[in-house]
Amino acid sequence: MNFPRVSSLTKKEQKKLLREPAALFLIILFPIALTLAFGVSFGAVGGTSATTYQVGVINADVSPNHSWSQHFVANLAASQILKVTMYTDEAAAHADLAQGKIQALIVIPANFGISCDSFAAAPSDATRWIATSIPLYCDSGSMFATQAIPPLLEQALATTLSGAHTAAVALPVQIESPSLVQATERSAFDYMVPGIFAYAVIFLTMTVAQSFTVDREKGLLRRIGITPTTPTEFMTSQSVANMGIAVVQVALVFAVAFAVGFRPNAAVPGLVLAFGIVAIFALCNVGFGLITATVAKSPGSATGIAFLFILPQMFLGTFVAAASSGVQAAAKFVPSYYVTDALTSLLLRGAPVTSPLVLKDIAVVVGFSFVALVVGVVLFRRYGNA
Amino acid sequence: MIAKKAVVIDHLTKTFDDATALADLNVEIKAGELFGLLGPNGAGKTTTINILCGLQEPTSGSVRICGFDVGNGTRKVKELIGVCPQEPALYSYLTGRENVELFGSLYSVPKDRMRKNIDALIEKIGLTEDANRRVSKYSGGMQRRINLAVALVHDPDIVFLDEPTAAMDPQSRHAVWDVIRDLNRQGKTIILTTHYMEEAEQLCDRVGIIDHGELVALDSPAQLKAQYCEETLEDVFIQLTGKRIREEPK
Ligand SMILES: Nc1ncnc2c1ncn2[C@@H]1O[C@H](COP(=O)(O)OP(=O)(O)O)[C@@H](O)[C@H]1O
Ligand SMILES: [Mg+2]
Repeated sequence: MNFPRVSSLTKKEQKKLLREPAALFLIILFPIALTLAFGVSFGAVGGTSATTYQVGVINADVSPNHSWSQHFVANLAASQILKVTMYTDEAAAHADLAQGKIQALIVIPANFGISCDSFAAAPSDATRWIATSIPLYCDSGSMFATQAIPPLLEQALATTLSGAHTAAVALPVQIESPSLVQATERSAFDYMVPGIFAYAVIFLTMTVAQSFTVDREKGLLRRIGITPTTPTEFMTSQSVANMGIAVVQVALVFAVAFAVGFRPNAAVPGLVLAFGIVAIFALCNVGFGLITATVAKSPGSATGIAFLFILPQMFLGTFVAAASSGVQAAAKFVPSYYVTDALTSLLLRGAPVTSPLVLKDIAVVVGFSFVALVVGVVLFRRYGNA
Repeated sequence: MIAKKAVVIDHLTKTFDDATALADLNVEIKAGELFGLLGPNGAGKTTTINILCGLQEPTSGSVRICGFDVGNGTRKVKELIGVCPQEPALYSYLTGRENVELFGSLYSVPKDRMRKNIDALIEKIGLTEDANRRVSKYSGGMQRRINLAVALVHDPDIVFLDEPTAAMDPQSRHAVWDVIRDLNRQGKTIILTTHYMEEAEQLCDRVGIIDHGELVALDSPAQLKAQYCEETLEDVFIQLTGKRIREEPK
C-alpha cells in the first residue's frame, strides 16, 4: 500500500465534494436543511413552556393517623402550579422522572403522621418533636423545577402543619435538599436526531454510484488503471474519503441539531463511538454504491438503482420509520436500523459504550458493512469496470 | 550495437463477440523510435493501444514492453509507459494543473522532479495561464492538451498517444506536434496512432498501416512512397485498400 497515492486520491474526493454542486447539496446542505426544518418544527419540549410542574408523590406513611399525609397531598394539589401524580411503585416514579414526564418526586416518609402528631401536641417545644424528612428528587435539566418546586413544597408543608396563614419558623418535617436526577426532557426532535444521522449517510450510496459510473464513462477508471495504482489502493482511497465525508456530514448535522436544542445524553466516549459507527456505516454505503454502479449502465440509471438501497434503509431504519409492527419486523434487515438504534442508545438513553445492546448493534453494522463492501468491490471489479 | 526493442507485438489477435478487431498483428518497435499506427476509423488502433497498456486481454498472441510481458509484468510496465487516451479522461472538477498533479502523484517520481516536470509540461502545451482553471471550463482543444500532459507527467520512457490531435484546432495541433518532436529528441519511444496521413508523414520514423485489423504496410513514409510510386501516404493507402482513409462526408 502506497500511502501518498491513497492520500492524493482521497484528497481528490474531498475537492469533488466541495466543488460539485450536486454532491455538496445531497451530502451536506440537504441534511443540514432537514435538521433545521425538523428541529424548528418538532423541537419544542413539552414541559418548559408550561407554568405547571408535575410532581410525583409516593405516600409511604404508615403512621396510625393518615390524615396528615392526606392533607399534605391535598395542599400540594391545591397549588396552582403543582400537578400531583400519585405513585405506588417507586421504580415507575423514578422512570417517569428520568423521562421527563414529571419534574420532581417526593416520598412521604413512614413516620410522617407520627412526626406531625408530635408537633401538634407541643408546637412550641421543639425538643418533643419527632423529626423526619421528605426525600425530594428533581429534574436537573429543568432549572425552573429545581428552583421553584422546593419552596412550593415548603409552603404546602407549613400549611398542613400550622394552617394557611401561619408562618412557622421551625417544623419537625424537613424537605431534603433536592437530589438532582438526570431527567431527559425530550422533544420529538430529540428522538429524530439519531435517525437523521443515519439518513444523511445512506445518501452516500447514490454519490458513490454516481461517481463510479461517471468516472467509468469518462474513462477515468481505466486511466487510473493504467497507473501503478493497485485496485486495493484505489478502493481504500474511496473508503477513507467516504468515511471522512460521513463524519463531516454527521458533525454538521450534530452541530445544527445542537444549535436548535438537541442535547445528547452522552459523555465523550459515547460521542466518539457514535461517530465511529457512522464511519463504519459509510463503508456499507460505499459497498451498496459499488453494487449499484456494477448494475447501472449509465450515471442516470445509477440514481434510480441507488434508490433501491436508499428507500428501504430510509423508511425502515431512520427517523422516517413508522412504528408499526410490520415495519419493525422488516427493519431487522436494513443496516440503518441498527445504526439508528445504537445512536439512540448512546445519545438519548445515555447507554455506556460497553452496553451489550450497543455492542450487538455495532456487530451487526460491522457485519453488514463488511459484506456489502466485499460484495461491492468484487462485483465491480469483475463486472462493473468494463 | 543492436537497437533495443521497446515494444514487441507478436501474432496479436483480438476478437470481440461478433467482430475481429485485430488479426495476427506483428510489429517490433525500437527504443527511441517514433512509430505511427495509421488507419481509418475502426481499423483497430485503439484496441492495439489498449492491449499494449494492459487494459484489454489479447485473444491470442502477446505483447512485450522492454522485455516484460504485459500480462505478467504489468506492474513494472506501468511505471514505464504513459498513455494519452483518444477521448480526454480528466476530472472536470479539478483544474488542469490539479489533474496533472494527481496523476503524477500516482507514480513513484520524486516530488521536486515532478514539480519541474509539471511546470515545464504546462508551459510546453501553452496552458500556463489557464492551468488553474477547472477543466470543466476548458475548450475541447485545451482538454486534449491537458490530456496529453497527464500522459507525460511521470516522464515515461514509452509513450502511447491515441489520436492526440483528432478534432484539434491547428494551433493546438502544432503545440502537440512540438511536444511529440521534443519527446522524440529526448529519446523516448513513441507510438502514435492517427488517421491524418500528413501528420504521420511529418512526424514518424516508421508507420504501420492497418485496415480492418490487418497490417497492410510497414516502413518509413519515404520508403512506402517510393515503393508504391506515390506522392503521399494518402495515395499509398488508396492503392493498398482501394478506399480513402477518411470517409468523405455524404
Ligand atoms: N469493446 C468492444 N466491443 C465490441 N467491439 C469493439 C470493442 N472495441 C472495439 N470494437 C470494434 O473493434 C474494431 C476496432 O476498433 P478500434 O480499435 O476502436 O478502432 P480505431 O481506434 O482504429 O478507430 C471496430 O470495428 C470496433 O467496432
Ligand atoms: Mg481509436
